[in-house]
Amino acid sequence: MQFLQLVISGIAQGCIYGLIALGFVLIYKATETVSFAQGELMMLGAFAGLAVMTLMGLPFWVGVVSAIAAMAVFGVLLERVAIRPILGQPAFSIVMLTIGIGYVARGAITMLPAIGTETHTLPVPYKDVLWRAGGLVVNAEQVVVIGATALLCALLFATFRYSKVGIAMQAASQNQLAAYYMGIPVRRLNSMVWGLAAAVAAIAGLLLAPITFVHANMGFIGLKAFPAAVVGGFGSLPGAIVGGLIIGVVESLAGFYLPEGFKDIAAYIVVLVMLVVLPNGLFGEKLRKKV
Amino acid sequence: MRFIFKTGYDQDIRLAKHGGHVFWYTALGVVLLAAPWLLSEYLLAQLTFILIYGIVGLGLMVLAGFTGLFSIGHAAFFGVGAYTQAVLTNMGWPFPVAMAVAGALSAVVGIVVGLPALRVKGIYLGIATLAFGFIVEEGFARWEKVTGGNAGLTVGTPRAFGWAADTGPEFYFVCLATTVLATLACANLLRSTTGRAFVAIRDSEISAQSMGIHLAYYKTLSFAISAALAGVGGALYGHQLRFLSPDQFNIIQSIDLLLMVVIGGLGSLHGAFLGAIFLIGLPQAISAVKDWLPPAIGQAPGLKAVVYGLVLIAFVLFEPLGLYGRWLKVRAWFQLFPFYRKGMFRRQKSFQKSERLK
Repeated sequence: MQFLQLVISGIAQGCIYGLIALGFVLIYKATETVSFAQGELMMLGAFAGLAVMTLMGLPFWVGVVSAIAAMAVFGVLLERVAIRPILGQPAFSIVMLTIGIGYVARGAITMLPAIGTETHTLPVPYKDVLWRAGGLVVNAEQVVVIGATALLCALLFATFRYSKVGIAMQAASQNQLAAYYMGIPVRRLNSMVWGLAAAVAAIAGLLLAPITFVHANMGFIGLKAFPAAVVGGFGSLPGAIVGGLIIGVVESLAGFYLPEGFKDIAAYIVVLVMLVVLPNGLFGEKLRKKV
Repeated sequence: MRFIFKTGYDQDIRLAKHGGHVFWYTALGVVLLAAPWLLSEYLLAQLTFILIYGIVGLGLMVLAGFTGLFSIGHAAFFGVGAYTQAVLTNMGWPFPVAMAVAGALSAVVGIVVGLPALRVKGIYLGIATLAFGFIVEEGFARWEKVTGGNAGLTVGTPRAFGWAADTGPEFYFVCLATTVLATLACANLLRSTTGRAFVAIRDSEISAQSMGIHLAYYKTLSFAISAALAGVGGALYGHQLRFLSPDQFNIIQSIDLLLMVVIGGLGSLHGAFLGAIFLIGLPQAISAVKDWLPPAIGQAPGLKAVVYGLVLIAFVLFEPLGLYGRWLKVRAWFQLFPFYRKGMFRRQKSFQKSERLK
């Protein structure tokens, strides 16, 4: 029973890692760059939710939707202003660029007087609701996280499978040049992918906020999503979620059964083992390289 | 402008290309030797930090700038060196021996990290080193018997064979000597076969391999050298701070080190030192102008992070070659005075090169 309880909370936490990892994978597949600012985008999303709900006083659902929309627009703008000028440069420049963006986002939030340095609670209607079922205690926040992640995955799956934009994104992620020759506007798609990634990050932020509070350093959780993305295989969308769940459950179990301190590094031990055993991850694709 | 007419292969790999180099490096050496008498105690301490970070930067430059392998966990090697030195010094070992052991131990750790790195590339390697950095940091915090855990560890004065560097200037000279040795070692390494093998690996792994370069051996070697230099830097860092705690070797420190070499200019040894000057100088500059700004900006806690981020973004967008690249441009402008063209250093822009299907 204890075990099941731990697994459930691990899954809820893992969904958050998975959602952030989903952002990495979306961006990686489309533009072959890795965004180190994904955790900070999540933090900004949570703050955006906080701003529209507590400062502007919008109702919960309107607040959620507007925060996600705002972050999507922010993601598009970010791509236009910062990322697009250096496409084609070595991947490492973009990594450094996103690290810089992360620094600025974290610093800018901290600089907000009286808001940035405090921790806040996001007012959600499902706060403090507990369900008991056969000895298990499940709180509503965890159920919402799991449910919302499942819903989002289904939505993304449908988008990529049936909509024109989704199919274009798939084409561009397989071979940009060929997609470009087929008349797919690759650059515009890249902007949209960044917008999508920022929106997913905002959802992760809004889901995480009731569990851990909103504060400027909550973006550091993004560093735990890297193991999730790698375990799943860096270029695979389902892999990101599965990787996130694995990392979440392992972490939760390690926190209970292993000595203190292992909880924080369990994710990194898993990823190191994974890289040694299966460098391409669980769902990773293997590609040959020519000179 | 100076034209060098090369008549032999030796001229290609000579350390000092012409008399100007000899003159300017001698001048720099004289200034650095005179620094304890020119600078205040505080500035001398900052200069010592610059030298220490310069040593670490040299190591990271060999790895990132010349071999093309990126480490987002370099603070771990830095920390291994610092803690080894601290423990050995507190046990009464003479300073140079302890430092050699600290460097060697870091190199061994570097090899351990380098081995899995042989199988993974690019971002996977970055994440592997990131993971390793986290594990080592946690190790420093948990292995309380040796490292003192989160309570920290006090580091003794460096002493060797009846001599002790217990004042600022003395320790400065120790750092200066180490820096000069490390720089010469790196410069000589890079003009040797090994160094050119590193550069070949950076430019194209497959081409390098097809020319008979043993990838596994050279990549591991690069990790070992880089980690050893980081360890030596860490050893000096511990003595300079006199106190170690695990949070000095966290992910932020790793990213700072990376930021240092990127801003300094990847692929040049000068860049390591320019980056170190930048890394130490920027917080000083920020605190100097802080009082001039409106209090809402100047006193805000996030100011440093914002400035760091903006500077990093600006460098990646506008000056990918870093501070050293900027210096090369300025020099070229003066040398070619009426004939400098704006696009001289511009790299060919390629449309979204694919790393997957290259």
